[in-house]
Parts: sequence; C-alpha cells; structure tokens
Amino acid sequence: MPFKIIASQCTSCSACEPECPNVAISEKGGTFVIDPKKCTECVGHFDEPQCVAVCPVDNTCVLDTSLPRYQARA
Amino acid sequence: MNVSALDEASSAGSAVDIGKVMQIAARKGCGRSGGGKASCGSQAGQGDLPTEIWEKVKNHPCYSEAAHHHYARMHVAVAPACNMQCNYCNRKYDCANESRPGVVSEKLTPEQAAKNVLAVASTIPQMTVLGIAGPGDPLANPKKTFKTFELVAKAAPDIKLCLSTNGLMLPDHVDTIARFKIDHVTITINMVDPEIGAKIYPWIFYNHKRYTGLEAAKILNERQLKGLEMLTERGILCKINSVMIPGINDQHLVKVNKAIKSRGAFLHNIMPLISAPEHGTEFGLNGQRGPTAQELKALQDACEGEMNLMRHCRQCRADAVGLLGEDRSAEFTTEKVMAMDVKYDLPMRKAYQAKIEQERVAKLAGKQEEIVELASKMSDIKPMVAVATKGAGVINEHFGHAKEFQVYELSTTGAKFVGHRRVDHYCRGGCGEEERLATVISAINDCHAVLVAKIGGCPKSNLLKAGIEPVDQYAHEFIEKSAIAWFKSYLEKVQSGEIQHTERGEAAIRQGALIPAA
Repeated sequence: MPFKIIASQCTSCSACEPECPNVAISEKGGTFVIDPKKCTECVGHFDEPQCVAVCPVDNTCVLDTSLPRYQARA
Repeated sequence: MNVSALDEASSAGSAVDIGKVMQIAARKGCGRSGGGKASCGSQAGQGDLPTEIWEKVKNHPCYSEAAHHHYARMHVAVAPACNMQCNYCNRKYDCANESRPGVVSEKLTPEQAAKNVLAVASTIPQMTVLGIAGPGDPLANPKKTFKTFELVAKAAPDIKLCLSTNGLMLPDHVDTIARFKIDHVTITINMVDPEIGAKIYPWIFYNHKRYTGLEAAKILNERQLKGLEMLTERGILCKINSVMIPGINDQHLVKVNKAIKSRGAFLHNIMPLISAPEHGTEFGLNGQRGPTAQELKALQDACEGEMNLMRHCRQCRADAVGLLGEDRSAEFTTEKVMAMDVKYDLPMRKAYQAKIEQERVAKLAGKQEEIVELASKMSDIKPMVAVATKGAGVINEHFGHAKEFQVYELSTTGAKFVGHRRVDHYCRGGCGEEERLATVISAINDCHAVLVAKIGGCPKSNLLKAGIEPVDQYAHEFIEKSAIAWFKSYLEKVQSGEIQHTERGEAAIRQGALIPAA
C-alpha cells in the first residue's frame, strides 16, 4: 500500500516533494498529494519512507490501508 | 552593497535635490520626523570596527544597533520546507520564535519575491537588506533561495543579501553563498553540547534519514560549527542567534558564546524563548517558561565582554517588511505588488540614504556634547529608562500609542541600548484601559523613567504610583542625548538628597504574537 498525505494536517511546507525518489508528490489544491501509482514506499531506495521522515507533523504521511502493499518487482 | 557603491551613495547628495527626494519619500509613506535632534545607540559610530566591516554593517539594521533606528529590512517567504524539528517551533503554524504563530505566511515563488523586493525598495528607500529566513530553513530550499537572490541581485544590486539558517546544510552551500555575495549569514546555535541539544531538538532529517536524540544533536552541532568556520574563513559576517531556554541552555550559552567567538562570529544575538501554550509548541505545551527581562539582560551582560551582543532583535516574521519592530508586509501582498507599476529608482534611494547619514552625524554630535558634561560626574548608579519612539532615533511616540519601548541603561559613561519591550498599545479609540496600562507598566517595571513625546494625565499618575517617572520634556529630541540629559538631572537630585535612588523590580517579556494583526 502506498503512502498518502492527510490533507487536513499538511502544512504545505513542501519538504516532502523533493525527497521522494519516485517524484510521486505534487501540490494540489494548496496541500501536497502522493500519486499512489508512483509510490513504492521507498522500497529499494531508502531504509525509511522519505516523506514520513521529513514531514514536520507526525502521522500526516501514512500508509493508505485501502490499497495493497507495494511489491518490489523481482 | 559594496564599498564603491556606498561612496557613490554618500556623494549622491550633491547631485540630487535632497529636499525633493525627501518629499517624494514622505508621500510614499516613509516620511521621517525631521527637525528633531536625536542620538543613536551604543555603537553609534564606527568605534573600533575595521573600516571594511563597518561598511558592511553600517546600514544593516540587524548587524548594527545604530542602523536599526534608520534602516529597514525585508524578508521574503520563499523557503517553506525545514529539515529538523525544534521544541520551540510548531510547524503547523509559522515558526513561533521568528514569526507570529497562527498565521500562515503567503508563500512566494522566487519571481514573485523579486518583484516584491523591488516594490518595497521603491516605496521604502531606507530598505537596505533582503533576508531569507524561512518560514522553514532557506538551505532546505536551496533552489528557491538562491534563485531569489540571483533575481534580486540583478534587478537591485545595491540591496544587501542576507540569510538565516539552522546550519544543518550550511557546509554544503558555503561556496554558493560566497559566489552570490551574500555577506551576512545568521546561524541559530542553541548548544555546543549534544546532551543539551537532545532536549531542544527531537529530530533532524539528514542524508535521507531521520535522526533523533543525542545522535541528531551531535550531527547538528558538528555541521553548525563547521559551517561557521567555513563562512568566517571566507570573510562572510556571521551572526549567531541563540534562544535562551531557562533550565536547559541558559548557563550553557556562555559556553556557546565562547565557542562561536573563537570561530570568528561577528555578533551574538541571545533571544528570549517564546512559549505561550497557544502556539502549540512542545515547550509551550509542557510549561517551559521563557526568561524574564532581567535574566536575559544578565546573560547578555555576561557574554558581552567576549563579543558584540545584539540586543535590538525583534524576533520578526519570515515575511516582515520595514524597520525592526514594524511590519508593513500587509502593504505588499502578492496581489497588491502584482498590480503595482514598479520603477526601481536607484538615485532616489541613494539620495535618501545620504540624508539619513547626515542625520546620523548630527545625532552623534548631540550625544557627544552631553557626554562631555557627564564625564565630570561621579556615580556608580545605573538607572534604566524606557523610550517611546517610532524610529529615526527620536523620542517621537505618544505613550499610549507605543507598541514597544526601547530601553537604555545610563551610567557616567553614557547611554547604552540594552533592549526593547513590546506592549499592546494602551490607548485604543481615544481612551486607555486599566488592564492594558498594567501590562505596559509590568513590561517597563525595571525602568526609572519613561521618555515620551506626549502622555495623558491618567497614565501619568499611574506611572508615578508605580515609581516610574513620566518625562515629556524631550519630545521630538534625539534619544541618547535626552536620556543623558535626564540622567544628569537625576544624578543632581540624588546628590542633593531631593530623591533617593532605589533599584527597580523585574520586568516581564511579552509572550503573545510579536507583530499585531494587520
């Protein structure tokens, strides 16, 4: 399952946008959103999801439980 | 501004009709109250500064106390992202120590910011400095930060460029900073001991990883000190900001002061923690208090022997515009700026600034006269006075309209600027309120007198009851000259036995929003 940004908590600080290795994050309607098709949970790139690590508000970048976990291609 | 540009500025006065320029400037809303005599802050002149450094700081309001009465700065909020968390900052709002919390600044693109700078520079000719200070960290947004500097340097080459950073990414950008001729950099350093740092910084984001606790503080400390060394090696002036957090780093800041001095920092700015619970910061929510005015002054005094101390910091927003302590950013919203027809008038700016320099010379002369007479007096007492001023180094504000008071400490060596106190102005809609007056008095409770342009009968009697002498006889005169004149008459009264000198009590530092709602 990819990560998603809880819009009501997003400060729109833009810190996550350049950190995403998949360029999955963009600004939309004043806050930032993650494109679930592009998000790989940073698997294969970094030890921890970058958006979660840099976000100034706890529990704002969270796993979208409505979607399946990302599977790294073999 | 480089030295040759300054020379041009000082000689521009002869080529351009100063009176006309002043009229234009006044119409544009930046008129200065003329006619008065004033004096300036403790470092009114070059003093023992080398000429090359004096040229860099003499019209920078943050780096020179004397300049801050005359010259304005502006910040542009092009850097929203940050790479760490501080316990005195709540990122859901603007940074509580540098901005008014609860109001989200208008974010600007570099292009919008550059246009904004030109609009302000044309309207406020005494605006000499552009700073990028956030609302996040400028070096966590390097592309936007340096693009803004590039655009401004091209369009308005006389404006000084300045940035303020937490230092985490500083070593990576020092060469770019030097290349862009950014000759003033502020680093916020609150500790040189990771054990203390761990109590201030819950985490940092560095090399694609979130670090916490001691490890985070250790990395931060190393990066900050390395960045400072790299800057001073290249001759870039560095100011160090430290937030004084009682019980956590208050005593430790003496050690920080030594560490930054030995690495060539130019100025140390020790600021009081702001931690009102409504700001929602970790410290605010946990009941961590800020220092009293006395605690702050004692620490600043303890560090002063080591290096220059900044005492005139207003802890301004990342989008503030105007003289320190004033905010005219509401006049320059993106919407308004985009509608403006901006023409950058460099000769007008230079001529206006040359006039300011003439006034500064006059102020200094006025102070010197008073000091010569003071030299014959013998006394150890050091009373403090609060001054109501709108700027230009003149006592030109009504007591009831003052949004802040500047505080001067007097001794037989002269008048020394030791701080300022923000207040809610007491007089609203013509009549003052008792409650507000009480908070004004508590803010200047350590002062023996308050020098004002004018004051009503009611506050006058309440001030007298609180033991603070209201003085309006120096209305529209230079601050330092007047403060010294007051001190001389005070000393005479003490020596003749007419009054008895007593120490004053503690004063409170205001915790609310730093800049009132526009």
